[in-house]
Amino acid sequence: MSQAEFYQRDRERHPPALTPDYKTSVMRSPRAALISLQQSVSEITGPVFGHNDIDPIDNDLIHNYAKDGESAIGERIIMHGRVLDENGRPVPNTLVEAWQANAGGRYRHKKDTYLAPVDPNFGGCGRTITDENGYYFFRTVKPGAYPWRNWVNNWRPAHIHLSVFGTSFSQRLITQCYFEGDPLIAKCPIVKTIPTQDGIDSLVAALDLNATVPLDSIAYKFDIVLRGRRSTLFENRLEGN
Amino acid sequence: MVQKLDYLKETPSQTAGPYVHIGLAPGAAGFDIYRQELGWDIAGPNAKGERIRVEGIVIDGTGNPVKDVLIETWQANADGVYAHPESEGEVEEGFRGWGRVITDFETGEWGFDTVKPGPVKARKSLGTGPLHPPAHAGDDWLGRGDEGHEDMAPHINLWIVARGINIGLNTRLYFDDEAEANAKDPVLNLIEWHNRRPTLIAKRSERDGKVVYRFDIRLQGEGETVFFDV
Repeated sequence: MSQAEFYQRDRERHPPALTPDYKTSVMRSPRAALISLQQSVSEITGPVFGHNDIDPIDNDLIHNYAKDGESAIGERIIMHGRVLDENGRPVPNTLVEAWQANAGGRYRHKKDTYLAPVDPNFGGCGRTITDENGYYFFRTVKPGAYPWRNWVNNWRPAHIHLSVFGTSFSQRLITQCYFEGDPLIAKCPIVKTIPTQDGIDSLVAALDLNATVPLDSIAYKFDIVLRGRRSTLFENRLEGN
Repeated sequence: MVQKLDYLKETPSQTAGPYVHIGLAPGAAGFDIYRQELGWDIAGPNAKGERIRVEGIVIDGTGNPVKDVLIETWQANADGVYAHPESEGEVEEGFRGWGRVITDFETGEWGFDTVKPGPVKARKSLGTGPLHPPAHAGDDWLGRGDEGHEDMAPHINLWIVARGINIGLNTRLYFDDEAEANAKDPVLNLIEWHNRRPTLIAKRSERDGKVVYRFDIRLQGEGETVFFDV
């Protein structure tokens, strides 16, 4: 049983807390430096989920809120990929949760008042557990772009929010997946909180024609990388080393 | 030129946004979709130990409540054991130790029910890190030694996400009736500024015969809560 620590999080790859062009961050960002911790059992453990926690229909957003015989409106897509760690190893049996706007860019949320209509057959959330190879997929509709109040005229690129656990609380991650070819990606202040182009590119799902279901659904591939873990190779080093 | 390291890089974080509830707590967003939502029962019915409630509010840099925050909790049981294969020991059936907490959208107040966790084994039990104890160091040793030789005081790990928070904030909740254990806690002692340590200590009171701990979280400014890079 491995009890090694996870690699230090590369804070230069993540957005900093304070990103003034994303205005809401200004008053919600800590000003003091984070205190860096060596990991203890509190950090290397995390919640464990199983198939009893969810139902098979949960990853089908086209049908999981639709009336019998009906389905969500929009461009039918399959969003699929693998959850890996930084060592390139698959992360099996981990919970992946997704949420998104409908094809018109409207969320089913009591706080969303955008004038685009709610789709009566679309809830907008799904969840699944990765298989033994770290593989996951969702069936859904491509979300629409929508306006949001930041500057007067900001538009979010089409995106799906993803929440992933891994095996430890220190791997916990929420991110957003964008879609290849969307011209709004380069203009979005939330996307641009990410400091590197390489980091931004890693959030753009690729059109994956090989994974389409002909005459049914187009597909996008989106791999998610969680923090990797040290090997235990140096665990027994001598005192003082 | 040198050989290329072939590590992958962690996927960058993005804000959970204002509609995080749709994905993680759809009932709060206003609809019922799953057979069961996850994270509402932290301790389960069989957990030993003291039943407690924790309440608080998250406050932004203007002094106003953050009304759309979502908090996840991760804690050991009363014996200091986590519900995870790498934590030594057993937990009660139904004890998961993980929870999701959402706010009242009008007030920003949140609360959750659980059991009070026990002290948790020291980092040294992992077999990692330098092996020499910081015996000479007192409590102002600037983190240059090993913070792993004392057991950790009872605590609940918290992870905070919301619109405007670009990457989830990690902090810990300790208990004010554990003063002796807190004084020896290796993580609290890592905080150089003694006057910031109380930001991590929840205050105990009783209400209608129930134990309630108050834990307000300040994201920014005076009394800013200590957040950790774990």
